[in-house]
Order: sequence, then structure tokens, then C-alpha cells
Amino acid sequence: MKNGRTDLSIVLSGEAGQGIQTLERLLMKMFKLSGRHVFSYSEFMSRIRGGNNSTEIRVSSKRADSFLDRIDVFVPFGPGAMARFHERITGDTVVIGDPAFIEDRYRGIGYTVIEIPFLEIAKEIGGKTFLNLVIMGLFAGLFGINEDDVHGQVRKQFSLAAAGVIEKNIEALKKGIEAGRGIARSGNIEIPPEASHDVSGEFLINGAEIITLGGIAGGCNFVSSYPMSPSTDVLVNFAKYSGEFDIVVEQAEDEICAVNMAIASWYAGGRAMVTTSGGGFALMTEGLSLAGALESPLVIHVGQRPGPATGMPTRTEQGDLLFTLFAGHGEFPRIIYAPGNYSQGFDLTRKAFHMADKYQVPVILLTDQFFLDSYGTVPGVNVDNSMSANIITETDSGYRRYQVTESGISPRGIPGYGTGIVCLDSDEHDEGGYITEDFAVRVAQVNKRMRKLQSMGPDSIPPDLYGPDDYMCLVMSWGSTLNCILEAITASGRSDIALLHYSQVHPLHEDTKRYLERARFTAIVENNFTSQFGALIRMHTGFEFNRKILKYNGMPFSVEELAEEFKKFA
Amino acid sequence: MMSSVFDFDQPPDMAWCPGCGNYDIIKAVKSAFDDLNMPRERIVMVSGIGQAAKMPQYINASFFNGLHGRSLPAATAIKASNPGLTVVVESGDGCTYGEGGNHFLAALRRNPDITNLVHDNMVYGLTKGQASPTSRRGFKTPVQTTGVFLEPFNPVAVAVAMNASFVARAFSGDIEKTKEIIKKAIMHKGYSLVDILHPCVTFNKANNFSWYKSNTYYLDDAYDPSNRGEALKKSIEMEKLPLGVLYINSVNKTFEENLAPYKNSDAPLYLRKLDIDKLMRIIDANIK
Repeated sequence: MKNGRTDLSIVLSGEAGQGIQTLERLLMKMFKLSGRHVFSYSEFMSRIRGGNNSTEIRVSSKRADSFLDRIDVFVPFGPGAMARFHERITGDTVVIGDPAFIEDRYRGIGYTVIEIPFLEIAKEIGGKTFLNLVIMGLFAGLFGINEDDVHGQVRKQFSLAAAGVIEKNIEALKKGIEAGRGIARSGNIEIPPEASHDVSGEFLINGAEIITLGGIAGGCNFVSSYPMSPSTDVLVNFAKYSGEFDIVVEQAEDEICAVNMAIASWYAGGRAMVTTSGGGFALMTEGLSLAGALESPLVIHVGQRPGPATGMPTRTEQGDLLFTLFAGHGEFPRIIYAPGNYSQGFDLTRKAFHMADKYQVPVILLTDQFFLDSYGTVPGVNVDNSMSANIITETDSGYRRYQVTESGISPRGIPGYGTGIVCLDSDEHDEGGYITEDFAVRVAQVNKRMRKLQSMGPDSIPPDLYGPDDYMCLVMSWGSTLNCILEAITASGRSDIALLHYSQVHPLHEDTKRYLERARFTAIVENNFTSQFGALIRMHTGFEFNRKILKYNGMPFSVEELAEEFKKFA
Repeated sequence: MMSSVFDFDQPPDMAWCPGCGNYDIIKAVKSAFDDLNMPRERIVMVSGIGQAAKMPQYINASFFNGLHGRSLPAATAIKASNPGLTVVVESGDGCTYGEGGNHFLAALRRNPDITNLVHDNMVYGLTKGQASPTSRRGFKTPVQTTGVFLEPFNPVAVAVAMNASFVARAFSGDIEKTKEIIKKAIMHKGYSLVDILHPCVTFNKANNFSWYKSNTYYLDDAYDPSNRGEALKKSIEMEKLPLGVLYINSVNKTFEENLAPYKNSDAPLYLRKLDIDKLMRIIDANIK
């Protein structure tokens, strides 16, 4: 299939517990070392063993960091794998698999099926555990990747394994390479050339890891959370780094504990974060309101998944924007960020700590399963300590925590630093932090808290415009749909479409209406049913979109489905 | 009563009913602090919501008065963020054992070095007289109209069963003895529970001052609080409630001692600085 494409989409599909994710990482690293751009998205069933999980790896010559319907190479890892992908396997797909994983009904009906006895090969070497290395070798051979480099990668990866095991791994790799070279000679699969951009300086990472590193760069030193898919990996990653960066990491008995701990840690001089998903955040809403009352900094990461209630625990959705915006009783300012790519994920998590501290408000970081479980590359990050340090004041005997100021921001003291005392009360309080029912004091404190909304203005992150300045059609989106929309605009061939993407969704930037008014046709793309961001924009601007492109089946948007939509724009 | 360094220049307007046991408890707490020469700026009072939870408002020290039931997670995090602070939690039986029951169990397991003073008057005061987790069977209220029929929660027995670090019971009517128990609790390293029985003059006519007088007794000097079996026996006595230090377990490490930041340093989190070079090295290692 000569198609002139510069990217190849590989899908590995098998049961949970088979090590597909290990293979995914090995392959991603190998492709990247070969100078190609890589991206992957994994989807799982909510179970520990069995079922069907898959990962889609895109290897390309230019950046292509989004989900694709098209499958160029499909590798089944068990019976039933093909059936589950029946709709996406086409005559252009090359299926490479062990005969045991290819059901008879897929033979002789026009599919390109290459059967290789992987199981037997692995068994001859020493068992099923070597299957991953055989498959890795297969792709090394197929892509014609330098064999020494691949050996080096495997030896490094398994450096802690026994010598015999390493040699067997190399043997498995060689067998795979042999098979891969055979397929390459057949010319069935077009291999993307090396990337035009230098991938060697970029780092390979997944969404959960980038949030963690961004948090560390923001000076995070306290994480209290209760495990909940898909946000748990952030907790796990913080635990991994707790020793190296002196981070208190505590698995709380529930999300209520988690959020109260985080707020109290800020009170005592920590820089705290919680990580959760919609259901866990629901339990945190009283705590969120507490942060509002105490004017406590707080960083909450919400990895969204489809609801309501338990919903689809391992799937993706953007269904909690309005929930996080309106959660918590009473009125108080907050900030909501929604990173569109991994660079933004790093920068915004870091910035979340700084903004939370600077304005003494809760900052919510909205990601989703697609963002967290994808793997991609980040073109390096530059960090300094400018956002990692506490903005606190040394107290004296006259210190008052809620001193009324013009900006609404009172100097933040912490107990034990200075000679003063620091008094926080969830009841309405006077400047000293003591309970009051004085109406004038109440009004002064409400005004003070809400003035921070104005003060935050200069730090507000404007939306990013991608595409022509003189656009005819304007697509708007927020969060993790960024890359997919950009790729789909290109794929649609429409040069009159621009994307306006929001990584800060609240407070909504004041330029919003101006952008919308310039367009002849407007559309919004969201991974939810009700177009929550669209509703928010209507609330602030009165503006109604011409077209709403919404998806809520639990999967992210694909490039193809968005491109089809964009082609139809009037 | 002598004046305390924890008094205010202007006496605060206190929200407790005349004759409330809380007035005795605050005397015991302040004089315990004074006896121990506690530096005022290093004490943090933590409370939830309720009449007992207003205590920090009336003590001239730092405080974190958060949400109903959530004082223990807050106190645990404060101590974990700055182990140099003395953290004292004060809240009622409803806040601590009812709304905050899960956190009470977790605190017993975590063993943070904090002192938990629970004002236990066997009734909800601020919400006007409903049953609390420790209300006795048969206690009639506007909600429990035929009388409480649930098994009363036994905090000291639960704490001993969970091998808690320090478990005591006091009675507010004896300020001097209550003060001595509080002092021991503060000095003890690890989670210290003091369940302080006290009358609610407005909403609990059954368990009044004289009821406590005739239904409690002090453990004698020969009692050995390190014997867990004995402690369990004492803690499940319900006819006459034993007062004093019921159980001490000094073996378990504290929560803070187990945390990564304090393996090599006692410095509070606010004095730490991010090692940015280390972070860059880790990011670079991911690239190679």
C-alpha cells in the first residue's frame, strides 16, 4: 500500500495483564531512538485481568499527537482481539499475528493477514514472557532500525535482569527482527521516514508523569489523595519521587480527608495538591468551599472520566467543567486550567501552585483519561525556582490574617514563622480570623475575597489562536482536544478554519467575544453531551455557536471524524 | 484561677451556656499549657464545628477552625508539614466520633504526634439536643423520640483495640485532675486521645454533673497503663466509667517519623527549597 503517508498507526490489542503496556513503552522508545516522532493512546476495560485492552502507537515523520481511527498495522495478542476492532480493521490494514489469535472468519476475505508463529518462537526461547521482545524485534526489522541500537536499548532496559535472561531477550529480539525484515521485503507496509524535527532532545512521557513533574517544579511537597482512575498514576508518581524531593505522600482514608489535609498543609507552610476524578472531587466540594472561606491556596487535579456516578471508570470525557466551576457552597474566586498538550500540562501544573499561592485561591487542573494515559514527547522544559517558593510573610504580634487590602490579598502568615499568631476560621471572620456576625465586617470580607478576581486579571492566560488571523470559521475548544483538532483542520484541507483553544477556562478571558464576532461560522468541540464550555461562553457573552461537535461514548475524538465535520462547515 | 499567657487583653464574648462544662475544660487546657511553659507561637489549636469546637476562639494562640468532622485530617497535615508545632485538637463527640468517625479510625492507625481533646457530653448541643454517638440507650430527644436504641460508641475501647498511642478519659468537673491528664497527653509522643466527659446543662438532663460524679471513678496508682489486656477490660466498663490514663503504647513510630521528608531532617516544609538541578537531571535522564 503506497500511500505517501508520513505516519504509521500500529494497534496492539490483548487481554489485561499480558504486558502490552511494557511492549508499548519498549516500542515507543525504540521508534523515538530511531529518530521518529511517537505518540500513543491506551484504552482499557475496568478490570485487572482479561477483557480487551489496546494501545495505538503512531510513528510519524512530523508531530501527530492525536487519536486516529485508521489502523495500518494490527497486532492481536489473544483470541477476540480482532473481533473487538472489526469496524476499524479494513482492507488497508495489515494484520500481523500468531495463527492462534486470528479467527478463521478473517482469512480469505480481503484482509492482508500475515501469520507468524510468535507463540511458538517465544516458547522455543523459554516461554510466553519473551513474546514482547519478539514483537519488538518484528518492528525493529520492519522499520530497518539499526540492530546494535536496539540491542543496546534492551540491554539497558533489562540491565538488572540475570545475564541468562538478557541473552534470551536478545535471542527473542533477533527472531523478531528476522520476521520483520521478511515483511519489509514484501513491501506491504510503508515505513515513515525519520522526523524532520530533532526528536533526540525531547522527552518521552505520559500525562500523569508530566502533571507530577510540573507539580514538583511548582514546589509541591505534600500530596494527599485517595486512588481513583484515571488520576491514580499522579499519586503513584509522586510516591515514586517522594524520597528524592522530600514530598509527604499520604493515601487518605477518603477524599474528604485528602482535601482537608491539603488545605491544612498549606496553612502550616506546605505546598499541597490532591489528585482525583469526578466522584472523588464530589466528596471534596465542602473542602473546596473551605479553601474559599479560609482563602487557602490549594491545587486540585481532576482527571475526568465519564459519569454520572461510577460511569465508565477507565474511559475519557470532558464532563466535569461546569461541576468544578460551580462546586462548593457560597461564593469565592477560583481558577481552572485545562492543558491541551504535555508542555501545557507541565507549565500549568507548575503555575497552578504559584497562582494558588499568589492569590490564595483554589486552582483546579482539569485533565482526562485521554490526556493522562497517552504517551508523547515534550520538547524540553525550562524551569527555575520562580514558582516553587512559598509567598509568605513573617508574622509579628499585630499580625492579622485577613487584613483588608486594596488587592484583596492579605499577607499570608503561617504558624511558627514569626512572633504572631495565625487564626483561620471557616465561619465568617474578622480581620484577625475570629468569628463574627457583624454585617459590615461580613460585607468587607466578601468584597475583599471577590476583589481578587479583578487582581488576577493580568495573570489570566489568554486563549491561543491557531491558524489564519483572518479566519472565516472559528473552532473553539478547551483541554485535551487541542492536538486532534489541529491535525483534523489540516486533514480537512480547509485553510479558512482557525482554532481558538483555552487552557484557562475560568475566569473566562475577556477577549472571547471579540474572537467570536470576527468569524462567519463558529463551532465548538467538546467531549461531552451538553457542550459545557459552550454554555459557559453563552453565559458570559450571549453567543450561540453555529455548530456543536460533541462526543460522549467514552473515547476521545479521532482525527478522521473531526476532519469530516470540518469539511462540512458552511 | 490565675491569669494565663493564653488569655486575651479583652475577654472574648463566649458562646457557651452559663454553667457549661466547657468553661472548666478551657481552664484545664490553659493551665496545662502554662504549666508546661508552652511557647504561645508554637501552639496550633485545631477544631471542627460545634460548641466545643469554638474553644480555639477563646485561647490566644494560632488556630485552624475548619469543617465539621474534619479536624483530625487537618491536625495530622499541620503536624506533618511542621513537626515543630504543638498541635492540639479540640472538638465534640459528634464532630469527632460521628461526622469524623472515619478520620478518628485513621488517626488511631496513623499515630500523628498530636493531642486530641474530645468534649464528650453525650448530646448534640449546637443543633439543639439530638443524640450523639456516645448517647446512652434510652436517652430521649426530639429526634430519638422513643429513646436512643443504638449501641453507644465507646471511643476509649476502640482506641485501645486499635493499639493507640495514648488513651485517657477525664471529667471536666475535676479541673485539676483533667489538667494533669491533658499535660500527660501533650507530653506523650504520638496520638493522644483524651475523652473528656462533661455535662451539657441545656440539652442533657440525664447525664448531669451529679450523674458523672456518681458514675465515674479514678484508676488507682497501681494501675499499669502499659498492659493492653487490662486497658481493654477497663475501657469496656460501662456501669461506672474509669477516669485517668487507660493505655499507653510507646512502641509505634509517629506518622511524621515515617514520612520521606523527615528521614534525614527535622526542618519544616516551609524551610525546604526545591532542588531544581535534581529535577532537571531527572528530566534529562528521560531524554537519554
